[in-house]
Amino acid sequence: MAVIRDMIPAFELFQPTSADDAIELLIRYGEDGWVLGGGMDSFDWWKERIKRPTAVVDLVNVDELHGIRTTADGIEIGAMTTLTEVATHPELLANYSVLTDAASQIATPQIRNRGTIAGNLIQDTRCWYYRGGWPCYRAGGNTCYASAPTAMNREHAILGTSRCVAVSPSDSAPALIALDAQFVIKGSRGERVVDAEDFFMRPSVDIERMTILKPGELLTTIRIPSTWAGATFYYEKIEDRKAWDFALMTVASAMRINGGVIEDLRMAVNGAAPFPIRLEDSERVLRGQTPSEEIGLRAGEVAIRDAQPLRHNDFKLPLMRNLIRRAVRGAGV
Amino acid sequence: MSDVEIIGTPERTVSRRKFIMGVIAAGATTSSVGYLFKGPQPLLGALAVQGSVERLITLNVNGQQRRVDVLNQETLAFTLRYKLGLTGTKLGCDRAECGACTVLIDGVNSYSCSVLTHTVRGSEIVTIEGLEAPDGTLHPVQQAVLDEGGFQCAFCAPGFIMSMVAMVEANPNPTREEAAQALSGNLCRCADYDKILTSAMRAAELSRQQA
Repeated sequence: MAVIRDMIPAFELFQPTSADDAIELLIRYGEDGWVLGGGMDSFDWWKERIKRPTAVVDLVNVDELHGIRTTADGIEIGAMTTLTEVATHPELLANYSVLTDAASQIATPQIRNRGTIAGNLIQDTRCWYYRGGWPCYRAGGNTCYASAPTAMNREHAILGTSRCVAVSPSDSAPALIALDAQFVIKGSRGERVVDAEDFFMRPSVDIERMTILKPGELLTTIRIPSTWAGATFYYEKIEDRKAWDFALMTVASAMRINGGVIEDLRMAVNGAAPFPIRLEDSERVLRGQTPSEEIGLRAGEVAIRDAQPLRHNDFKLPLMRNLIRRAVRGAGV
Repeated sequence: MSDVEIIGTPERTVSRRKFIMGVIAAGATTSSVGYLFKGPQPLLGALAVQGSVERLITLNVNGQQRRVDVLNQETLAFTLRYKLGLTGTKLGCDRAECGACTVLIDGVNSYSCSVLTHTVRGSEIVTIEGLEAPDGTLHPVQQAVLDEGGFQCAFCAPGFIMSMVAMVEANPNPTREEAAQALSGNLCRCADYDKILTSAMRAAELSRQQA
C-alpha cells in the first residue's frame, strides 16, 4: 500500500473560466504546468512526490469543456464530462453503446463520478516501475525495468513496444477508435483535429509522452460522427477484479452487417501495446465476409502475428486472439 | 488562540464579535481585490482574469457555511478532518483505492482524498455527520445499518454509508446485484460484504417507506 504522507508539495493553483485563459497559463508555465481535470491520475503523482508541478491549472470552472451536445452529424462530448455522465447519456446509450459499455466498466462509481472522459484518454501508463518513480526510459532514464529477466510484467505489452513495454490504460480509447471519433485539440495557435487512433503517442516516436498533446495544449472536445450510430457493437473488458482494476485487455468493435455479410467494420484493442491499436489487418480479413468461427479465428491470428510476449504475459496472445473471435461471434455467428 | 486557528473550528467556539470582524475583513478583502486588479497593472490584472485562488474560502458542508483557510494543494478529506474537525470521514489509503473517505459532493459520491478543496468551493458537501436530522432522527441508511449490524470494525462504514445514500437517491429499488455495483467503490478489509449488502437492501426498503 502506498505510503501516506502528510501533504502534497505546494503549487500555485489557478481556476480559469475559459479554455483560452487556461492555455495562456499553461504556456506561461510550460513543463512546470499541470492540467487538473478530474484528478484521478494527478493526485497519485503529487502524493508520491514523483511529479511536482509549479502551477496547477484546474479546469473545473471552464464551462465550455463540459457537457454532451448533439450536432448535425453526430455527437460532441466536452473534455471535462465525467465518465458517469458519458455512461448514462440517453443518446449515447441508444446509438453508441460501445462507448457507454466501456465507460460504465471503468474503475468504481466514485472514480467515474469525478474522472473525466479526457482524463481517461490522457492518463499516464500504470507500469508500476514507472509509477513507482524508477528512472526508466519513459521517466527520462536509460533502461526498462519491466522487461528485465526477473521483472514482473504480467500486465505489460506484447505489441508496438520500443524500449518501453508499458500499456495504455484507457478503456474508452478503443471504443472511441471503433466509433471513428475525432479529438479537437486547442493551443495558442488555434485548433487542430486528429483521428482517435492518431492521438496516442508511439514510444518509438516519443517515449516520454502518452499522447500527442504538447505543453500548452488542451484536448477540448471529442467528436463522434453519426457514421456508426446504431451499428452492431461489441465491447469486452478482461480484468482480474470486477471493479477498480485496469484492463488486462479490452476489445471494441463496430460493424455494419447487411444480408449476413460484414459490409464494413472498425475494431480496436487496448492493453496490448503502449497505445490503443486499431486492428486494420483483422478488419481487412473480416470485411465482406460472413461472420463465422473460422473467419473470427483468422482475424485473431492475423492480429497477434507480430506479437512478442515478455516472460509473464504470453497469456495475452491467446487472450487477444480470442477477444477478436468473440467480437466476431458477438456479431451473430 | 490566534485568529488563524479560530478560523475553521466549529462555529460555537467563535465569538460573535470575532465572527463579525471576520465577515467585515472578508468583505474588505473581496472589494479591494476588485479595486486593485481593475487598474492597468499587467501582472495583477492577468492574475485576476485567470483566476488564481484565494486562501480564505467559504465551504458549504452539511448545510452550513464554513469559513476555512485552505492551502492550494489541500485535499477535501484533509480540510474536513483537520480544519473542520469532521473526523467521521476516514482516510484509508489516501489514493482513491479504498473508499473510506467517500463523501457526497453535490449529491454524488466521491473520494474526498482525491479532490482539491478549492475545486469544490461552490459545491454542497455532505459528510457522515450531516446525515442525522437536527432532531436526532437517523437517516434511513444509518437506521438500516443499525438494524442489520452491517459492519464489523466499521472503519469503512462512513464511506460505505455515503455510497449507500447516493445509491438510494439514484436507485431506490435496487437488486442485490445492483447494490453490489453501487458499492463496488468501497472496500471492507473485514470482508463483511454480505451483511453490508443486506444493510444496503434494508436501507433502500426504509427509504422507499419514507418516500
